[in-house]
Amino acid sequence: MAMSDLTLPRAHTPERATSESLLARIALIGTAGCFLAAVLFLPLIVVFVEGFRKGAEVFFDSFTDSDTLAAVRLTLLVAAIAVPFNAVFGLSASWAIAKFSFKGKNLLLTLIDLPFSISPVISGLVYVLLFGAHGWLGHWLKANGVEIIFAVPGIVLATVLVTFPFVARELIPLMQSQGTAEEEAALTLGASGWHTFFNVTLPNVKWALLYGVLLCNARAMGEFGAVSVVSGHIRGLTNTMPLHIEILYNEYNFVAAFAVATMLAGLALVTLAAKTLLEWRFSHSLAAAHRH
Amino acid sequence: MALISLPRLREPSVLPGFGLALGFAVAALCLVVLLPLAALVLHALSIGPAEFLSIATDTRTLSALRLSFGTAFIAAVINAVFGLLLAWVLVRYSFPGRRLIDAAVDLPFALPTAVAGIAMAAIYAPNGVIGSLADKVGLKIAYTPLGITLALVFIGLPFVVRTVQPVLEEVEQDIEEAAALLGASRLRTVLQVVLPHIYPALLTGFALAFARGVGEYGSVIFIAGNIPQVSEIAPLLIVIKLEEFDYGGATVIATLMLAISFAMLFVINALQARSSRKYGNV
Repeated sequence: MAMSDLTLPRAHTPERATSESLLARIALIGTAGCFLAAVLFLPLIVVFVEGFRKGAEVFFDSFTDSDTLAAVRLTLLVAAIAVPFNAVFGLSASWAIAKFSFKGKNLLLTLIDLPFSISPVISGLVYVLLFGAHGWLGHWLKANGVEIIFAVPGIVLATVLVTFPFVARELIPLMQSQGTAEEEAALTLGASGWHTFFNVTLPNVKWALLYGVLLCNARAMGEFGAVSVVSGHIRGLTNTMPLHIEILYNEYNFVAAFAVATMLAGLALVTLAAKTLLEWRFSHSLAAAHRH
Repeated sequence: MALISLPRLREPSVLPGFGLALGFAVAALCLVVLLPLAALVLHALSIGPAEFLSIATDTRTLSALRLSFGTAFIAAVINAVFGLLLAWVLVRYSFPGRRLIDAAVDLPFALPTAVAGIAMAAIYAPNGVIGSLADKVGLKIAYTPLGITLALVFIGLPFVVRTVQPVLEEVEQDIEEAAALLGASRLRTVLQVVLPHIYPALLTGFALAFARGVGEYGSVIFIAGNIPQVSEIAPLLIVIKLEEFDYGGATVIATLMLAISFAMLFVINALQARSSRKYGNV
């Protein structure tokens, strides 16, 4: 660098050997931008354009339909059960896996990630085979008057299965990197086990927990395939928002379908914004993979 | 208790709550994941081999599997190329809107698949924004395997970007300087020095996008048109069999899907291990 200061002035600045020429950079950024615009942004924009195609009044009218409101309520109910359950599971699994060393840990980690490699439709199918009318427990359930498939419990179970790993896989790597020194100190100073957990461990992982809960919630509210298989699509009773979108769409009620879709798209945007904020502000307290 | 009876199963620790935490986690795992999957395996085993084979070799089953795996493979290849490009642009260059694009890459993770599905159908239908343009040149996108592939490209993109990005960030610029000093052109440096470090991560991203694409349902069924043996994907065929109360048929297709997926992931893992050994982990 010092050399170039001494030599004769150049017509243009030299290109750095470890970067591409300006032209190549512009071409690469342009290609990436066009690809993103066509693949990612266009579908998002279309959801809002189609929702408002017949004006704001028709758009807002879509939400006064009682079946739509029932779908919104059911989606909120399912998420309100599935997300806390998976948060508690994530906390207990990460406590056992990250703070202790025991045989079979790797197997446990693999099994926790298993739902990610199964098609959502298969996640629904397994519950039908277990609890359905012709399933393994179907006759016993029917004799005892318990409804799981084509009812709310089945929808909750399928949602729990699909979103099972979300919180655990955020917490495990972080708690592993934090070690056990702080908990040991608290215990040495006389704190009880629960006291240590709530006042030492939980504050250390709270942002990662929130991160996992956000992703878990987005998937729980938006899950389609698994829920579609177990729901039975009974309007007003077992239709979640994504299923209601399908019904409206298949009835050619496009404005209403896209109007309900804008709510879920809005949820996705809020999730992304909150997630990005967490990554920027609290990157030091998230797992290593999210430190951008 | 466990410590006394089975002393070698875990290292001693002063922290409490191991039994409770592990107990709850394993119980939840068994009830939510393992028991239902066992029902699938048991059901598959209860179908006789002859019947299993006749469902598995049915032309409708075979074309659905071929379509699901074929479109997922092509979409994963497209995602590997453009995902690598995106990761490169996001890591190496600074330009206005970079952070926005970085955040937006996760949109397919956050957007419910049914929403993406009806949006894609609206775009690529013959009267849609892009569909009408394609229609003029005689190209049909919606209700064909091409439309399915496009939906899977949307779904799989973040997997490649998010696995390649952190590895690319870790690559030391020293090796590029060394390559340049030794006289390599920039293109050769990128292709032969930088990219080999990325291959294992790229392969992982490809595998994740591929696996997700094979099982994807919500974003595909609206654009697919679901014409048997033309644009009917395997997950949809499972749903159709279930609606006909054909549990056996649904189970066989699901078992085949899982078996092929796991076999492919196994091969990809082996390839990845080989490429990590060859180039070393960064």
